[in-house]
Amino acid sequence: MVDITPADGIPPAEVAEVELYHPHSWWTKYVFSQDAKVIAIQYSATATGIGLVALVLSWLMRLQLGFPGTFDFITPEAYYQFITMHGMIMVIYLLTALFLGGFGNYLIPLMVGARDMVFPYVNMLSYWIYLLAVLVLVSSFFAPGGPTGAGWTLYPPQAIMSGTPGGQDWGIILMLSSLILFIIGFTMGGLNYVVTVLQGRTRGMTMMRLPLTVWGIFTATVMALLAFPALFVACVMMLLDRALGTSFFMPAISEMGEQLQHNGGSPILFQHLFWFFGHPEVYIVALPAFGIVSDLISTHARKNIFGYRMMVWAIVGIGALSFVVWAHHMYVSGMDPYFGFFFATTTLIIAVPTAIKVYNWVLTLWRGDIHLTIPMLFALAFIVTFVNGGLTGLFLGNVVVDVPLSDTMFVVAHFHMVMGVAPILVVFGAIYHWYPKVTGRMLNETLGRFHFWVTFLGAYLIFFPMHYLGLMGVPRRYAELTDMTIMTESAHHLNSFISIMAFIVGFAQMVFLFNLIWSIRHGREAGGNPWRATTLEWQTPQTPPAHGNFGKDLPIVYRWAYDYSVPGAKEDFIPQNMPGSFGPSREQA
Amino acid sequence: MSVILVFLLVIAGFAGWWLSHQRLTNKPWLEQGLAGDLVGLDRSALPTAKIGLGVFLTVVGCLFSLFTSAYFMRMGLSDWRPLPLPRLLWLNTGVLVLSSIALQCAVVAARNGQIDMVRLGLATAGLTALAFLIGQLMAWRQMTEDGYLLSSNPANSFFYLITGMHGLHILGGLVGLGRTTVGAWNGARPERLRLGVELCAMYWHFLLFVWLAIFALLAGWAATFIDICRQLLT
Amino acid sequence: MAVALVLVLVVVGSVLFHLLSPWWWTPIASNWSYIDNTIIITFWITGVVFAAVVLFMAYCVFRFRHREGNRAAYEPENKRLESWLTIVTAVGVTALLVPGLFVWSRFVNVPSDATDVEVVGQQWQWSFRLPGKDGKLGTSDTRDVTADNPLGVIASDPNGQDDVVVEAADLHLPVGKPVKMLLRSIDVLHDFYVPEFRAKMDMIPGSVTYFWFTPTKTGTFQVLCAELCGQGHPLMHGVVMVDTQQDYLAWLGQQQTFAQLSAPQQTGSADQAPGNTAASGLKIAAKLETVGSR
Repeated sequence: MVDITPADGIPPAEVAEVELYHPHSWWTKYVFSQDAKVIAIQYSATATGIGLVALVLSWLMRLQLGFPGTFDFITPEAYYQFITMHGMIMVIYLLTALFLGGFGNYLIPLMVGARDMVFPYVNMLSYWIYLLAVLVLVSSFFAPGGPTGAGWTLYPPQAIMSGTPGGQDWGIILMLSSLILFIIGFTMGGLNYVVTVLQGRTRGMTMMRLPLTVWGIFTATVMALLAFPALFVACVMMLLDRALGTSFFMPAISEMGEQLQHNGGSPILFQHLFWFFGHPEVYIVALPAFGIVSDLISTHARKNIFGYRMMVWAIVGIGALSFVVWAHHMYVSGMDPYFGFFFATTTLIIAVPTAIKVYNWVLTLWRGDIHLTIPMLFALAFIVTFVNGGLTGLFLGNVVVDVPLSDTMFVVAHFHMVMGVAPILVVFGAIYHWYPKVTGRMLNETLGRFHFWVTFLGAYLIFFPMHYLGLMGVPRRYAELTDMTIMTESAHHLNSFISIMAFIVGFAQMVFLFNLIWSIRHGREAGGNPWRATTLEWQTPQTPPAHGNFGKDLPIVYRWAYDYSVPGAKEDFIPQNMPGSFGPSREQA
Repeated sequence: MSVILVFLLVIAGFAGWWLSHQRLTNKPWLEQGLAGDLVGLDRSALPTAKIGLGVFLTVVGCLFSLFTSAYFMRMGLSDWRPLPLPRLLWLNTGVLVLSSIALQCAVVAARNGQIDMVRLGLATAGLTALAFLIGQLMAWRQMTEDGYLLSSNPANSFFYLITGMHGLHILGGLVGLGRTTVGAWNGARPERLRLGVELCAMYWHFLLFVWLAIFALLAGWAATFIDICRQLLT
Repeated sequence: MAVALVLVLVVVGSVLFHLLSPWWWTPIASNWSYIDNTIIITFWITGVVFAAVVLFMAYCVFRFRHREGNRAAYEPENKRLESWLTIVTAVGVTALLVPGLFVWSRFVNVPSDATDVEVVGQQWQWSFRLPGKDGKLGTSDTRDVTADNPLGVIASDPNGQDDVVVEAADLHLPVGKPVKMLLRSIDVLHDFYVPEFRAKMDMIPGSVTYFWFTPTKTGTFQVLCAELCGQGHPLMHGVVMVDTQQDYLAWLGQQQTFAQLSAPQQTGSADQAPGNTAASGLKIAAKLETVGSR
């Protein structure tokens, strides 16, 4: 264990139950740190680094799709390795890690008014295991046979057979091992996020006074803790099938005229396990984005989030419902078709709370005082792309409409719009919003606006037309779109256009990275609360917040997180830790 | 997938109960100030570590429910041949029960401040848990010698997989137990020691429960039980 | 200002793209115009919602943008408005769901007069089997797959002897007759997908899945595999020819039954069989070899 010394200026009564950790050297301060803020930055940096790899992979596959036959080094084998690693990295190693490990670690303790996470040591382990998982994943690029090319869904039998890149080499083994490590690491972090929200809240911070960001991350983490075990089980069983010749998922197979020794297993069983994790995973990424974007809109429109209670209920409701919709990914998988009735109904029911959230975001804008700052721009762009992607979800969730559209580019366009572009736009908005708190300086405004316009419009131009390729019937996961009667000449041109846009949007991200690094030194000084926001992270005595977050005394919370433009108050915002009564509620208080 | 859904339903019940105490229907914008009635909503009186362990055990429960779900789904396919469980498992079960009882004694002793009894209880629990693991390994050996190999039938595969997974969790628990035991000998603060022992006991009882459940599952009683329930319903 | 304008342009552009762009579904050649109609309904409802939300947002951004001295209104919630929006959404969702489920129940209930056609997928080619004169397909097992019995038909089953086996060649179907496609795979997951027929379903090794349709147009249609099945996946094309009854019978007369194929004097491989326009899996494998060795 770490040795504990009482912190200077932090009264012992407050640190009694969970001792606050104190770094003693450079190593324990910046590398093996147990401070959630440092861990958050480590998580974010690692996720961004591996995300860049995934971005380059997407360029490579767009080269192949947009200009077929031009680039000889992109063999079908390589193409499938690219799509697999791109998908897996983006969904798990980037988005999940960034939202929960990055934003969760940074924001939860600050927003609930805690000095740190409740189990800092476990929290630190969580990051290092995550890093190990990433390294194992990366190592598969250098393993004999290369990484797996099974598609991010890793469907057996093909995932562990020789017709798939990495199936009989190291690729799939490293992939599964990396996922198992990720899940172990995530569980350690997830325990912290959940228990900190439960137990770390400062005096007066009731659940209904939490910012929606915390609600989103909290609910997503609970879901992740319950959903990731399904992936764990699937990975372990597939690993046994691959390495020790068991037949959990492997039926009798005649591969290229040769009988394999497996017998009787069920590929559908894997799909059930995978999507039992996979569908909640969509909301594990979406709910933190929902929460964060609510706070961005409210702060920059200077108006309380409209219908806070409905927003909380919707988050909880979506979280619960998302566990009973998994088989809508399997309408054409060959499972009992009568399941379709049930899963189509539950899937479309989930549209109702989701729609309520959208309404409440736009109604927050109504009669607001909208500052078109960069975070606000990203929030608006999120609404556009999320509404677009959510509505195409109604196509795919409605079982019979899914039949022609499943496994086509329509699906690709849909999930990129709804869980790729939309959450990433929130990530950007959130970075522009909280960067001043993390570094004490603002990001460059001009570069930021350039980044915003190129990313938003470019991404929309990539994925909106792509739906129509899917409608034509162009299947996804095709390394070559040649010799196909449905592919017209103009469809090939559209593909080239999409590829060019992908390069432009990718390039804009380099500008963003430059801005991130450049502004650490050269950004405008931000001050403690540049957006004049109410939540606790903006009320810290130091910016960036020092170790222990809140100086000598923890803040006491007197109001909810959204007291903007309260009638009777002098300023248009009242920090959560400011005592006193204002506004129309004075009589009741 | 019905087992995991039932498990999640139970979790949802707990979550719903907890949420219903968070006054989700109140209007937070009307509640300014630090009104006295807000006390009690802040956090639970239970030690944070216990809540943390509780959340972790939920995840473990989820994991084993999923294995059970997979077991039942795979069991329905034609090539399933149930296997006779070695007698040794009964003995192992007894040893694991002993281990839990020893830890429970340690908890009682820790509450009464009898440090010697705590040490005795912890040591007994640790040794019996080790004995359980060795017994499990011997059961594995016996099975392989009798020709029930890992890959020869899905029932065998599941036997090794689930018992192995349970064993790994016991092994992890032994690390925690080891730390608490070292603390008991090196004079840890009494309240700290007591918390440590209680956490170990909680974990042990849970893993004993998991073991009983998977024993029933692997022996086929769980399937029989479900069949009987189904017949009663129809 | 610019932001509001761009939001309006996004809506206008999307609608114009939808109406004017040349990319739309292929002309339908089966009875599943129900599915197309459901998609049209979905496009209308979702399109209206998308336009309404984004245009409303554009209006808000324009009307309530920050100006000196502005202050936002204070309105924590509006029960009535929220309830109404919830109800309207629920109605909209029901309007999507009900026709969808209605069509789905047609999709899963196969008409009794549908003839069985078996499709067998393997890396990376399509084979087919039609019931013989007895109208029944013989049972099959992946364990029985050999070079002489590529579909794994169980030789001891008398029903299988007269089955017509079409190995790695084109499938012909008579126009206007409902068919039940029985889908089987001997190695990995595949998905039998003809865009013009709209219907598709995965094929799972170890079990038989199905869907049904009635071809309504004669012509040649390309079969695509729609479930990732390894590196030959994009080349796993096949051909379905929908014929008039006369042409169909003529084609059927040229095909060989399982009994004929498994007779010892039989030589000659499927590649030499007439009417084969699809590349066989072995050819694809050879092509991949050369690509891979570059």
